[in-house]
Amino acid sequence: MKILIKLFLLFLFIFTNAGFANEHLILDKAPIDLNDQASLQRGAKTFINYCLNCHSANYMRYNRLKDIGLSDKLIKDNLLFTAEKIGEPMKIAMTKKDAKAWFGVNPPDLSVEVRARGSDWIYSYLRGYYLDSSRPTGWNNTVFDKTEMPHILWKLQGDQKFNEEHHTLELTNPGTLTVKEYDALVGDLVNYLTFMSEPSKVKRLHMGYYVLLFLGLLLVLTVKLKKEFWKDIK
Amino acid sequence: MKKELKTKKSKSTLMTWIDKRFPLSSLITDHLTEYYAPKNFNFWYFFGALALLVLVLQLVTGIFLTMHYKPDAELAFGSVEYIMRDVSFGWLIRYMHSTGASMFFVVVYLHMFRGLIYGSYKNPRELLWLFGVAIFLCLMGEAFFGYLLPWGQMSYWGAQVIVNLFSTIPFVGPDLSEWLRGDYLVSDATLNRFFAFHVIALPLALCGLVFVHLVALHQVGSNNPDGIEIKKNLDKKTNIPLDGIPFHPYYTVKDLVGVSVFLIVFAMIIFYLPEMGGYFLEANNFIPADPLKTPAHIAPVWYFTPYYSILRAVPPILNSQFPGVAAMGLSVLVFAFLPWLDKSKVKSIRYKGILFKRWIALFVVSFFVLGYLGTVPLNVWGQFSNAIPIIGGVDKAIVIARIFTITYFLFFALMPYYSQKDKTKPVPSRVSYK
Repeated sequence: MKILIKLFLLFLFIFTNAGFANEHLILDKAPIDLNDQASLQRGAKTFINYCLNCHSANYMRYNRLKDIGLSDKLIKDNLLFTAEKIGEPMKIAMTKKDAKAWFGVNPPDLSVEVRARGSDWIYSYLRGYYLDSSRPTGWNNTVFDKTEMPHILWKLQGDQKFNEEHHTLELTNPGTLTVKEYDALVGDLVNYLTFMSEPSKVKRLHMGYYVLLFLGLLLVLTVKLKKEFWKDIK
Repeated sequence: MKKELKTKKSKSTLMTWIDKRFPLSSLITDHLTEYYAPKNFNFWYFFGALALLVLVLQLVTGIFLTMHYKPDAELAFGSVEYIMRDVSFGWLIRYMHSTGASMFFVVVYLHMFRGLIYGSYKNPRELLWLFGVAIFLCLMGEAFFGYLLPWGQMSYWGAQVIVNLFSTIPFVGPDLSEWLRGDYLVSDATLNRFFAFHVIALPLALCGLVFVHLVALHQVGSNNPDGIEIKKNLDKKTNIPLDGIPFHPYYTVKDLVGVSVFLIVFAMIIFYLPEMGGYFLEANNFIPADPLKTPAHIAPVWYFTPYYSILRAVPPILNSQFPGVAAMGLSVLVFAFLPWLDKSKVKSIRYKGILFKRWIALFVVSFFVLGYLGTVPLNVWGQFSNAIPIIGGVDKAIVIARIFTITYFLFFALMPYYSQKDKTKPVPSRVSYK
């Protein structure tokens, strides 16, 4: 037993003294609220206007936007840019070959991007662009070093500069939005991307409540049943 | 009076009709109503029945997933998302299946641990145990083949790594792994054959093995937390074990309680934690498979990590990774030798001595530490300082993994020695209950 305790202590010692060697990014928390339909609708608008030119969302159908409170007519009149029919998925016209030639990389499909990267990562990424003349696009990013994606929301955010000394970003040339407005816009966009990555999530969270209630009742019944049968076992 | 009526109750005409053609009544009596199980089963005895439940859940949800899934490298990833979005309750079916895979291992590991602490592998249950080990191997294969199907990055690269393990086997390795893949790299051909293995070959083998596992169990009867053979104490008149109770209704109603608790845990995961923080569904697997982009950190799903850790811990010998692969294979197969490694006079940990208790504690710690280390990159704890001789500059994690790999195997290797030397307590003739 003593050996075991010693080994355990050794393990604890190494574990607590470790400190992760990997560089850990400090990400900002994205304001996610899947029940805030107004935010999701604003995010959908931003997504379709800005992202859905290079990035597809091949697994997301336009009519699924009804889940965030939009009607068929609203979707058709305002958002249906890349498809004919409302039941079609959010595809883009750019081919993979062209994309590779123009950007050096194929812009990933964004249907489930939040589940791969996490909402905080995307939220920080879209706010982490700064000017860098050494990059082909003129932009670099604090979250994703040497990113191939140009700063699409540049006109809205303005120019940021990376302060080497303090490792912070400074707004050198304001865009059309204030910092607060820009953060809110990105927040809505990431909220929408989160919705899009799992459209059934709200339903899932809601349904779980009833399932657990049912199973709780089942447990009470089965415990009583067991007790009744087992009372004569000595 | 009432009792007489019950025993003399004549069989219905339908039952008589069936019994003439199929032994239904005798099956029910032999395996349920007059199959006697020890009355002192505790918490650990829920997991056999639960494993059966999860098997059925996996089969049923699997059938429905197969209706919509496309085993095609171009379509597989999208078809899973189609299930998640466009199939009615497809998300529920898929989460039940993905959570079920992990929960299968949870209940099977607990079931195996039960066998370990109560000596359920010992005479006369050696074959029962061996069938169990075969089920475990099949289950690992089933999980591995199934994991490729979503065709995400982790699916792809996990399969790549595992199939490449076979290429380390001397002489035949490279040809063997190519034969397994059906291509020079994991591709559409691999996906198709893994699909076939996952939905036909292994489930069939699993069901067959579970059947013989149960046949063997009913031949010898269940062990129990005291490790006492209840068949040695029979009622002189009726020949029924004194410490036995009919499986039905007593254990059917008791297992229903276990099932309810299990389903509550299961539902909590499905509805609120389907990814389980990346342990059940890995984030990288939401990126479609890309043969040109290797992820920085490839980790298997949690239930394989102890063995993966052992694989990484064993250093290459003569430039060959084969020793690591062999050690990993052995770490799973070694369970099959337990009936012959344990020389103890008693079965249950209740009557075993301090040596066994120490060793099994060390084994559990090893299993968990190796399991954790398998989920993280080797440099997770940094390196030892260069000032320390021998291990200076070496990853701390790999040194720890090596130590616990050794203790993992010592638990088995030294068992013939310490189980014999151990001071056991006298075993009572009757089971203790309450």
